[in-house]
Amino acid sequence: MTRGFIRHFPGNLSEVKLIVNGVEYEFDLDPRTTLLDLLREHLGLTGAKKGCDHGQCGACTVLLDGRRVNSCLILAVAQQGAEVTTVEGLGTAERPHPVQRGFLDHDGFQCGYCTPGQICSAVGMLDEVKQGRPSAVTTPGDDLLSDAEIRERMSGNLCRCGAYPNMVPAIRQAAGE
Amino acid sequence: MTATVGTPLARLEGPAKVTGAARYAAEYPQDDVVHGWIVQSPVPRGRLNAVLADPTADAIAVLWHGNAPRLEPADDPELDVLQSDRISYRGQPVALVVAETLEAARRAAQVLQLDITAEEHDAVLRADHPGLYTPEQVNPAFPSETASGDVDAALAAAPVTVDVTYSTPALHNSPMEPHATIARWAGDDLTLYDSNQHPSGIAATVAGVFGLEPERVHVVTEHVGGGFGSKGSARPNAVLAAMAARVVGRPVKLVLPRQAMFSLVGYRTPTIQQIRLGADPDGTLTAIDHAAIGQSSRILEYAEQTAVVTRHMYAAPNRRTGHRLLRLDMPTPRWMRAPGEAPGMAAFECALDELAEKLGIDPIELRVRNEPAAEPEGGTPFTSRHYVECLRTGAERFGWAGRDPRPRQRREGDWWIGTGVAGAIYPTMAQPSTARVRAVGDDFEVAIGAADLGTGARTILTQIAADALGVPVDRVRVRIGDSTLPKASVAGGSSGSASWGWAVTGACRQLRETGGDEAVFDTTELIEKQETEGRHAFGAHFAEVRVDAVTGEVRVSRLFGMYAAGRILNPRTARSQFLGGMIMGMGMALHEEGVLDPAMGEWMNHDLAGYHIPAHADVESIDAAWLDERDDQLNPMGSKGIGEIGIVGSPAAIVNAVWHATGVRVRDLPVRLDKLLCAD
Amino acid sequence: MKTFEYRTATAASAVLAPDAAFLAGGTNLVDLMKLGVATPDVLVDVTKLPLDRITDLPDGGLRVGATVRNSDLAADPRIRERYPVLSQALLAGASGQLRNMATTGGNLLQRTRCTYFMDPSTPCNKRAPGSGCPARAGDHRNLAILGGSEACIATHPSDMAVALAALGAQVRVESATGERTIAVTELHRLPGDRPDLDTVLDHGEMITAVDLPALPFATRSAYRKARDRASYAFAVGSVAAALDVADGLVRDVRLAWGAVAPRPWRATTAERLLRGRPATHENFLAAADEELRAARPLRDNAYKTTLTRNLTAAVLTRLASAGEAR
Repeated sequence: MTRGFIRHFPGNLSEVKLIVNGVEYEFDLDPRTTLLDLLREHLGLTGAKKGCDHGQCGACTVLLDGRRVNSCLILAVAQQGAEVTTVEGLGTAERPHPVQRGFLDHDGFQCGYCTPGQICSAVGMLDEVKQGRPSAVTTPGDDLLSDAEIRERMSGNLCRCGAYPNMVPAIRQAAGE
Repeated sequence: MTATVGTPLARLEGPAKVTGAARYAAEYPQDDVVHGWIVQSPVPRGRLNAVLADPTADAIAVLWHGNAPRLEPADDPELDVLQSDRISYRGQPVALVVAETLEAARRAAQVLQLDITAEEHDAVLRADHPGLYTPEQVNPAFPSETASGDVDAALAAAPVTVDVTYSTPALHNSPMEPHATIARWAGDDLTLYDSNQHPSGIAATVAGVFGLEPERVHVVTEHVGGGFGSKGSARPNAVLAAMAARVVGRPVKLVLPRQAMFSLVGYRTPTIQQIRLGADPDGTLTAIDHAAIGQSSRILEYAEQTAVVTRHMYAAPNRRTGHRLLRLDMPTPRWMRAPGEAPGMAAFECALDELAEKLGIDPIELRVRNEPAAEPEGGTPFTSRHYVECLRTGAERFGWAGRDPRPRQRREGDWWIGTGVAGAIYPTMAQPSTARVRAVGDDFEVAIGAADLGTGARTILTQIAADALGVPVDRVRVRIGDSTLPKASVAGGSSGSASWGWAVTGACRQLRETGGDEAVFDTTELIEKQETEGRHAFGAHFAEVRVDAVTGEVRVSRLFGMYAAGRILNPRTARSQFLGGMIMGMGMALHEEGVLDPAMGEWMNHDLAGYHIPAHADVESIDAAWLDERDDQLNPMGSKGIGEIGIVGSPAAIVNAVWHATGVRVRDLPVRLDKLLCAD
Repeated sequence: MKTFEYRTATAASAVLAPDAAFLAGGTNLVDLMKLGVATPDVLVDVTKLPLDRITDLPDGGLRVGATVRNSDLAADPRIRERYPVLSQALLAGASGQLRNMATTGGNLLQRTRCTYFMDPSTPCNKRAPGSGCPARAGDHRNLAILGGSEACIATHPSDMAVALAALGAQVRVESATGERTIAVTELHRLPGDRPDLDTVLDHGEMITAVDLPALPFATRSAYRKARDRASYAFAVGSVAAALDVADGLVRDVRLAWGAVAPRPWRATTAERLLRGRPATHENFLAAADEELRAARPLRDNAYKTTLTRNLTAAVLTRLASAGEAR
């Protein structure tokens, strides 16, 4: 399914094709547009949050071709043909993704602003664990989903409310599903 | 009907938050919206003579004091944006650029040239500054100074004394959601989608600035990505967005860049606190003296109540508290989670630990020994005070017994290990609010202009209403986050649940009694009649830290908070709030500091890579528990505030534990590795 | 962010337009463009070039393509086995998300996080030559104690580069005028009076790969980083080391330091002192002290001397005991 999407900007425009949450879009974009601003300002997908706009908080985390990334530091124009999954593409209130359900079950958030980024990050992180990828605290042979591992692997997502302690069991629960 | 208050009902907005459906201020779609970008002063003091816009930049409008619409003077001079050429701090908004796109707005702001005459500035708070003065009051309206007995004589006569100076740095609230506003005019009606802690208050303030009747301003604040005090009143973004929208005739979206938040939305003042204690050999305090110094800006006097907390904590016949303030060419400090209590107790509870060391008395016993029978100043009885129980029960659960009081005794591998304790207190308040309830078929709609910043307010008010109406929660729909709803107090001072819950209870009971379709309840008179002294929540914090002998890095292995905070309305959200406060306290103890460059008049680490708030990996074993306390003198729910007490005392518990681990007393927070490494 | 033209690189040997910059992972460049620190007219995206592979070299070393992502490099079994110091350094840096984006070449070419450099409203000799350096009197707690100049005391922020310096990696560079190889320790310039020039690369020279030489004893190597919070923070001090011990004597050693200098600091003086000497904690400390004699600390960064010294001895001592236990 293709949805045309044109917006007029001053200056030079670049054509970009992206698949977002399974839907193909074509844009004529100001090349300065970041993936985050494309999602939020052009597609109305405001699940990905802008917390710092400089890769220092993780609130903008989405999955790009299946890997977690900071969408605020990615130029949309450089992602021709890429597949993007945002929190809106993971699950719905009626049918939440296991990580979303884990966050609900364990009160893994307060204000909720870092939450979509935390959830996308956790989804990407669990996939990294499945691939056996190490973290800074990994010693060979250890459980890659110990509390210390989850905390280290999730450290790229800041939460000022301090909901961290509840996210650990939330993520572990999701890993078991 | 089984009561729902006191049960762990999950957050009602949870599904919306975890799926990305919950809308925050900048996320409301608007046709024809344009984007604003703030231009900030690059100098701390001076005059803006002119701005020169780059004609090739794609700006729709460039507003500055030379062309900006005139505003009515605001109570908060910080809201008189673009009204004068005077620059009072670095980072002050001096212009606003409006453009079709975010990208164009940012660039046009970057290339805007400012013609500025800079002046000499003064940015450093120091204890010997000749400009220090005693403010008439401290936040919000406490006397600046109190004294009783003869402190100096008692200190001179005391067998054991402590005289120490602690300092705390500028701290930045740093909610994850930046301050943001979308402003849209329809004639003289203004709609603001704004991130704040007080929709009713913001509407009134902005209306005043634009010379409008309050009801012409509609503030929508459905979800708020944290505030921690920084969104308690209108910030420049709300006024600037509204001003720009009026000028360009289109909706304007204005989101503060993270960097701008360090100077524009308030911060916790740095403090310098001298604490002098006198005690008998058995640990009985004979004198307490707490003298605090803070700063404010040139344009507004905000005097933080740093030493006020000491007026309520411990008994001593001779006592004195006081505040002095210095006005600098710096941004205005404002509320940050537990203003006054957090830095005041960080210093005081560390000083008490030093006294315990000198006396050779266990720090818990020292505190117990000085437990007052009533308010130490004024003698008002406490409505409830279970501080000693918090210390005792907390000690038991934490495993305090058998602790070797000597520092630098426990070593495991490269780690020095230590434990620390500190008390906590937070005043219990309620503020006038109005709630409305309507019967809608079999269900009920409760309306109050409150805000849920992640506290769980929406959920708790639903529980309170359900119990007051005698119906299950699924028959109650609570509407909050909108200034057109009945007027509510600010989500601050840990007073939200008490204030709004009281109004909701009143309205629901009234509806039930009268049997009508609608009831409205205003708590103003009831609250004005209340005593304000002798009402506090209490707590005790316990920390175990390990300090790397090689690097000086500190890790908090265990953090535990034991609270007596009235009736806990929802243990699930309450626990999260307690833990969140404790974690912010960990940041205050170990990580957070605005690093000032005096020559620039700026905190140079003004982003989230430079200003370190705790990350996942910093939070290891942490828990909170509470005593079964219910205080019916306070409000119909018997509750106390819980949003702030977690950050009161937890920093001192950690700093005291660092001393116990290493033998090093770090008296200037935060306790970073360099201070421990170079102390040997 | 200034408007730019986006192009895709077709070959490493193509000519680069005068105001053009290479774009790889973007984690630093896009950030600097947003801040107005970097203002290229043209961005040439190199991520579509076939430079994303890790291949074995005949001598037992590895060639790491310039666009191999940091996370992939850290997870590669060959890296983890032959060069654990490199995997550890990569994993100590940034966050999972950023490591998924950042590339080998980009990591090397990332710019300092000196707070003045990052803020165009302040003077900075690196960003605006001749404007001055407020850091010497101002915020320099995490700036250089080694290799700085009056004009600049910026530190190179990379963790990965410290490991590469210890391993003696070679950087392969290509441009329209040909190819060359540069030792990673020579890639970054010391600032002198030209702090605006971070590296010895000419305009248009592109890093195509990093070669890791065969170094059998690097299986016994480690990276240790100290920082201001437990994760997701730049180093305030770090040490990368590989140690070859036999009969209690240092047969060979590789040692590099991070967060102390404008480039990853290969501690050659310390290495020379240690070779042939008993592998003891005291000797490790003494060697670090000798290297640190060149340190010129300022008001707020003198702790880096103690920190680096302690880290060095701790890492080498652990490697030594692991070596003897084999």
